[in-house]
Amino acid sequence: MALAEPEMMDGREPAPMEKPQGYWAGVGERLLQDKLTMACFGVLMLLILSAVFAPWLGLADPYKGSMIARLKPIGTEGYPLGTDEQGRDMLARLIYGGRLTLFIGLMPVVFAFFIGSFLGVLAGYVGGLTNTIIMRTIDVFFAFPSVLLAIAISGALGAGIFNSLVSLTIVFIPPITRVAEAVTSGVRSLDYIDAARATGANNWTVIRMHVIGNVLSPIFVYATSLTSVCMILAAGLSFLGIGVRPPEPEWGLMLNTLRSAIYINPWLSALPGMMIFVTSLCLNLLSDGLRSAMNVRD
Amino acid sequence: MSATEDVGYDPTPDTGGPAQPLIKVQNLKKYFPVRGGPLGRVQAQVQAVDGVSFDVAKGETLGIVGESGCGKSTTAKLLIGLTERDQGDIIFDGLALGEKLSLKDLRRGVQMVFQDSYATLNPRMTIEASVAFGARVQGLDKPEDRARKLMDRVGLDPARFAHRYPHELSGGQRQRVNIARALAMSPRLVVLDEAVSALDKSVEAQVLNLLNDLRAEFGLTYIFISHDLNVVRYISDRILVMYLGEVVEVAPVASIWAEQAHPYTRSLFSAMPSMDPDNRTKEPPLSGDPPNPINPPSGCRFHTRCRFKADVCKTKTPKLAGLSVNAKHMVACHLHDADSGHPKAGQGVPS
Amino acid sequence: MTGKLVDIRNLSVRFKGKRTVHAINDVSLSMEQGETLALLGESGSGKSVTLKTLLGLLPPKRSEIDGSIHVNGVDVLSLRGKALAKYRGGEVSMVFQEPALALDPVFTVGHQIAESVRRHKGVSRDEAMSVALDMLDRVRIPSANRRLHNYPHELSGGMRQRVMIALALACRPRLLLADEPTTALDATVQIQILLLLRELQKEFGMGVIFVTHDIGVAVEISERVAVMYAGQIFEEGTTREIIREGRHPYTQGLLAANLHDVEQGQRLNAIPGAPPALESKPDGCSFAPRCPKALPECTAGLPPMLMPAPRRRVACIRAGEPVVAE
Repeated sequence: MALAEPEMMDGREPAPMEKPQGYWAGVGERLLQDKLTMACFGVLMLLILSAVFAPWLGLADPYKGSMIARLKPIGTEGYPLGTDEQGRDMLARLIYGGRLTLFIGLMPVVFAFFIGSFLGVLAGYVGGLTNTIIMRTIDVFFAFPSVLLAIAISGALGAGIFNSLVSLTIVFIPPITRVAEAVTSGVRSLDYIDAARATGANNWTVIRMHVIGNVLSPIFVYATSLTSVCMILAAGLSFLGIGVRPPEPEWGLMLNTLRSAIYINPWLSALPGMMIFVTSLCLNLLSDGLRSAMNVRD
Repeated sequence: MSATEDVGYDPTPDTGGPAQPLIKVQNLKKYFPVRGGPLGRVQAQVQAVDGVSFDVAKGETLGIVGESGCGKSTTAKLLIGLTERDQGDIIFDGLALGEKLSLKDLRRGVQMVFQDSYATLNPRMTIEASVAFGARVQGLDKPEDRARKLMDRVGLDPARFAHRYPHELSGGQRQRVNIARALAMSPRLVVLDEAVSALDKSVEAQVLNLLNDLRAEFGLTYIFISHDLNVVRYISDRILVMYLGEVVEVAPVASIWAEQAHPYTRSLFSAMPSMDPDNRTKEPPLSGDPPNPINPPSGCRFHTRCRFKADVCKTKTPKLAGLSVNAKHMVACHLHDADSGHPKAGQGVPS
Repeated sequence: MTGKLVDIRNLSVRFKGKRTVHAINDVSLSMEQGETLALLGESGSGKSVTLKTLLGLLPPKRSEIDGSIHVNGVDVLSLRGKALAKYRGGEVSMVFQEPALALDPVFTVGHQIAESVRRHKGVSRDEAMSVALDMLDRVRIPSANRRLHNYPHELSGGMRQRVMIALALACRPRLLLADEPTTALDATVQIQILLLLRELQKEFGMGVIFVTHDIGVAVEISERVAVMYAGQIFEEGTTREIIREGRHPYTQGLLAANLHDVEQGQRLNAIPGAPPALESKPDGCSFAPRCPKALPECTAGLPPMLMPAPRRRVACIRAGEPVVAE
């Protein structure tokens, strides 16, 4: 009863004949089934789209104030969300404010994602002295609380949108680098990297084909979770007066200028804070959803 | 019609002729530093592989056995350049690595199959891409074609499996993929590092049959590393026994199966579970665990556990030498060396 | 109840989740006091799940259990809370495959054994410590006095497994469950642990269920063997009966795959294919798709249980036929 043919039936299940879906298609499908994540994604898209298309939404001029219509409560005729301390339309300012807030909330993380991933993957894959130099430098930045670091760099560079971007990017490079390094050195020790090296492939090919794909999604998920922190930090810088300067609409700055009105119209003053809260909550939940959707095995 | 032409198996041409061993290893050494303390100073050395020499003839299968920490896996990684050797020569078909042979060319001729079939496959790559990867790296023509033919040859229908991911396969199927992946570069030597150890027994037998077929079909030479003596005996022509980074015995299968010349080899063989319910093992052949390879014992490294040790064993390192009755059966033990100074020198291992 | 140590009747375990897995299907098994039984099977055969069910370790929300389990007359499946805690570690205890994972790295081994003794026997700290010392002696750990104050990471693999056994036996359980305790060990250490378990079993007179995939290990440790496949018991008998005259084609295949007496290079009689996925309850012989002797009847219905001798059973239509040498 020796088998003349190689055993072809070593299959646990009858495999479907059609081409199975790829990795990203699987991630997409799992995300679509996750209602909470999809809801958060919807809210964020709404915020982003309305911010981007603000000029075409027929809103009031966010810069034009009125001395007689100051601090109108929510629901006032002509001002659905009331007016601020200079009589500017809150709805318009909140939506226009989304542009700057989301921009300086997201862009530093995007920059830090690329720079940090590069440094982390390099340190994790090469190891040795390179690793020591990169990681010990990163450790120096870790010695400062992130808020303090952001304030210090912004303070040194001076107020302004560009400087805020620079300081926040610097703040977020260390944590991303550290995660990237940890994930990469984990992957580096796996057998499939050895197997790939054993084919005679050079380091660059191994990194490109085998390392990047396996480290990028955990780093990406982590970076997503940082965006909410970044938004809050950016708003904090504006609140302190070293970020965006008035009269630009920005949620953190608005929160600051409306501070004095908290006893007159507390709900109105809370609106920019609510926007920050909702956005960062959605970002956090989205990153959780992404994490579980990107898990290959479950 | 030859199946070899089917798959497009084209190994590098034979340069040394049949008498030239396919791979020859001389005095191979690898010490791993153990770092510690606040400054990460080197505090000790793990003598993972310490002066290992052997050669494997063309078409032969050498089995390497030993317990954890004996250096068999490090030896495998040294052979394919995954770990850099500290010292020693690796000569592939007459060409010395680092002189006439580049690392990339060595890897064209030597491939490896690892134990953990899942960890050795990139979870984000399809089976076809994984198998084709090496062929593409080595610049062989039509890597995908080659991959599909090899998948077919190892018993995986390409139409069903080419676009699947590793986690969708069973352990046996994944190990077939790993074999196909190693063969995609048309190597002449395949190092199988515990390649069937993680498989269920029934699947293990299938994969062993496959390995036998492939060896015959492609004229392969194997180095087969395992802790399972029965499997090693089944597939190998010669067996090499390692203990704490050194070779203690190397001999043709029949010879070593009939008579183990080294006390350690003898213990290893009698530690095999008996298959006879009426004749179960009465007494463990050795007590305790293998010593730590960080600070291996002096002299003969086995002397701390050896029943026949004498003073000379603690100071003098025995040399690997052929037995007087059979020069192909080599052993490193003072008991077999008439001039060693052991009280029972030249008498062999007492039973 | 009878005086049986273990009495499992018609046990079925299903895991629910994205896909249902019928891990154990209608398993009945009984053991007398002080017997040693090996559950022999490959991965996914349900041998480990059987052990976990015996110890009440399955996640209650995800598993559905039918049938009954009595250990020493106690209905295990109805135990909850304190009674379950007392049963685990007191009546029954377990030795795991990876002692490095099963021992707590932050406590000394002496502390861990003493703690378990105190919890179950309610003795003083000093008494518990002396029990721990005695146990380390009994598992033949050299200079036990010193080892008492070692942390698990300071011990070698074989030593850790001895500590694990000492921990499991400290409260003198009636039943010891061993889940592949020697698989992760080197050959020369494995045989030491097997012989130690054999001696301790005689000394303490406890029953042992030993899960393994290795026939050789089963021969060394046990008097009786039950061969599992796809969540069912295919064959049961004394070790001698199984090794000498295994009747089920699967048992025969396993024996052949052990390579014990195979000529070098000779083609192996490998069992083709792989075990079934267990997504549905079997309605025929689960082994039929891989079986060299399968008949059309095999897939038509569950195979009959033949009992050629007392406490000997085979689940195969063709088990009654005389064994032909191949």
